[in-house]
Amino acid sequence: MLNEAWIEPGLNHYLMLSAIIFSLGLLGVLLRKNAIVMLMSIELMLNAVNLTFVAFSKYSGNINGQVMVFFVMTIAAAEAAVGLAIVASIFKRFKEVNIRFFEHLKG
Amino acid sequence: MDHQTLVAVLLLAPLVGFFINGFRYRKHNHLVAGAIATTMVFISFVCSILLFLNLTEMKEENRRIVVSFFEWLKVGNFKAEFSFVIDQISGIMILIITGIGSLIHLFSIEYMHHDKGVAKYFSYLNLFVFNMLLLVLGSNLLVMFAGWEGVGLCSYLLIGFWFSDESKAAAGMKAFITNRIGDAAFLIGMFILFLQFGTIDFANLNGLAPSTPTHDWLNPLTIACLLLFIGATGKSAQIPLYVWLPDAMAGPTPVSALIHAATMVTAGVYMIVRLNPIFMAAPNALLVVAIVGAATAVIAASIGIVQNDIKKVLAYSTVSQLGYMFLGVGVGAFGSALFHLMTHAFFKALMFLGSGSVIHAMHEEQDIQKMGGLKKYLPITHLTFAMGWLAILGFPGFSGFFSKDEILWMSYHSPMGHPALWVAGVLGAVMTAFYMTRLMALTFWGESRVPKNIHPHESPALMWIPLVVLAILSVIGGWIGIPHIISEILPGHPANIWEHWLNPMITKIPGLAAANPQEEWTLMGVSVTLVLLSSGIAFIFYGKASELPSKLSENFGGLYRLLVDKYRVDEFYEKALIRPFVWLSENLWLHVDVSFIDRCTHWCSNFVKGAGAMARTVQNGNLQQYAMYMALGLVVILSYILMR
Repeated sequence: MLNEAWIEPGLNHYLMLSAIIFSLGLLGVLLRKNAIVMLMSIELMLNAVNLTFVAFSKYSGNINGQVMVFFVMTIAAAEAAVGLAIVASIFKRFKEVNIRFFEHLKG
Repeated sequence: MDHQTLVAVLLLAPLVGFFINGFRYRKHNHLVAGAIATTMVFISFVCSILLFLNLTEMKEENRRIVVSFFEWLKVGNFKAEFSFVIDQISGIMILIITGIGSLIHLFSIEYMHHDKGVAKYFSYLNLFVFNMLLLVLGSNLLVMFAGWEGVGLCSYLLIGFWFSDESKAAAGMKAFITNRIGDAAFLIGMFILFLQFGTIDFANLNGLAPSTPTHDWLNPLTIACLLLFIGATGKSAQIPLYVWLPDAMAGPTPVSALIHAATMVTAGVYMIVRLNPIFMAAPNALLVVAIVGAATAVIAASIGIVQNDIKKVLAYSTVSQLGYMFLGVGVGAFGSALFHLMTHAFFKALMFLGSGSVIHAMHEEQDIQKMGGLKKYLPITHLTFAMGWLAILGFPGFSGFFSKDEILWMSYHSPMGHPALWVAGVLGAVMTAFYMTRLMALTFWGESRVPKNIHPHESPALMWIPLVVLAILSVIGGWIGIPHIISEILPGHPANIWEHWLNPMITKIPGLAAANPQEEWTLMGVSVTLVLLSSGIAFIFYGKASELPSKLSENFGGLYRLLVDKYRVDEFYEKALIRPFVWLSENLWLHVDVSFIDRCTHWCSNFVKGAGAMARTVQNGNLQQYAMYMALGLVVILSYILMR
């Protein structure tokens, strides 16, 4: 039963999954007010892109895509560090991490 | 010192005084403020004397000092230099202005001594002297106009000096606005002269004046002269713009003496004398000048008869005397008009200061019905005032006699004159004699009607010294212009210095016949007799407590009311001009300005505001909204790429 129903996942499936994750991330960034959730959503979007890279790399046999993923992961780590630092300082000041407090950064 | 320095000091000294007192305007010490201001004007006076002496040493053919400081304006072929000219006419004017000015400044020190704004007062007074000097010294119409406006401003400031009293502030406003009407005409006249001759310099203008007079009413020259004369009616309080001068008595009395009797109000006469060759080329304009002058002399004098405010009487007298001066210029007797200007400056300044002394003694009471018998308390004021009274009457030998008689004679004798003008002049003189005698009698003579709580006292020396000086001048001031027929019978035959001095500056009257001594004596005799008779009647009326005045005013009730109401000219102007104007302005304001222009501009600004509000929402600082725009933009670009 299980074997018959099983479909070998192809490139399209990976891309579909990646698009869904990316959209979820985007919606998270646009709609959620909590800064930490927003950062997490950004991670989601980045990882959706990573998934696309890897999928293309696998199916085209080109290693470049996988190298790119490492770069993206490094940058994502750096971005998360900076973002969390800002969130931490906002939290210190306002005891909350709502995105609207970032408006105080306006000149 | 060279001429340039002298003229600079002459002009700038009062201006410096204005700045010094202007910066310390909160100070209350009348002696310091007064000393500064008086010294500055006195410095000017010394400079004037030096310049005048220089002038007398020059040859008669080119007796003029021209000092140019810089080029003021140059637009196309319009050129105006900031330059000054001192010649026979302006030389006399600066002596009058600074000389009488110094005396009046001196008088003011004591007169204004209780006033809190004494420093401000003196700074205005100095500014006035500066502007007046600018007016008479300017060598072209533009510099003259600058001074012309400046004296108007100072007049406004000083009339409304006690501006916390609303009626006084209104009087200042009235003077200013009335003057503005004249000034506008003056300006247009100046433009027409420039269009005609291409210059506004007095020397050039007078040189270019056509030698054959034009009898065309619509000739640009006639129009220009009439417009300049309208300017003069504003400044010199002639019909129809004289209404501001009586109200101008709201200012401090020394101001009335300096500005509204001796100097500023004569600016119109001075201007016409300065431009006499131009006016001579437009005899029609001069005819209007003469008629307006004669009418003003008569009408103002008739109003003066029934006034009870000592300063108002003098104010109408000033208007009337200015009318004489214009009658003089109107018939081509420019020299006589200037002569009367000078003698009038002496005796009218004297009488205004005298009235100031009386008002001071009476504790700000100005109603002559509440005076009487002041001779006993104010001997010096009475004596000096009497000199002014005799001078304005034209009592033989006093200064006013020579100048007024000259004008009357010329109004009859000159080919531009007319016996009717002479009759009007004599009528004015008779009424002048009447109201001045009435003023003397009600103020100084007869029974005392002074209220019990007022104790009049003679003014201090600082006030009576100027009175004495002016009284002496009022007596002897006329002796420099003794007419030919009188000097013939006098021992030593004193020459007519005045006529000789002004001769090169004055255009000859064409077709002036040789004087017939018999005729001249007769006319003089008639006018002097009538004047003496009229003052005698006035003395009988008011000198002794008589029933006659009240009976007369009852019998001629209508005429009396008309005179007391000053011919209701103010009321007429109110109804005929001011109300329609206010109505028009109100309608323009409500229906054009508010409902149309304002609406248009508001619509424009609202449009910009709305557009801005819309654009502003894009940048509201909401981070997620920015992210949204980016996402949407991405979607748009992607869809474009994919759909292609």
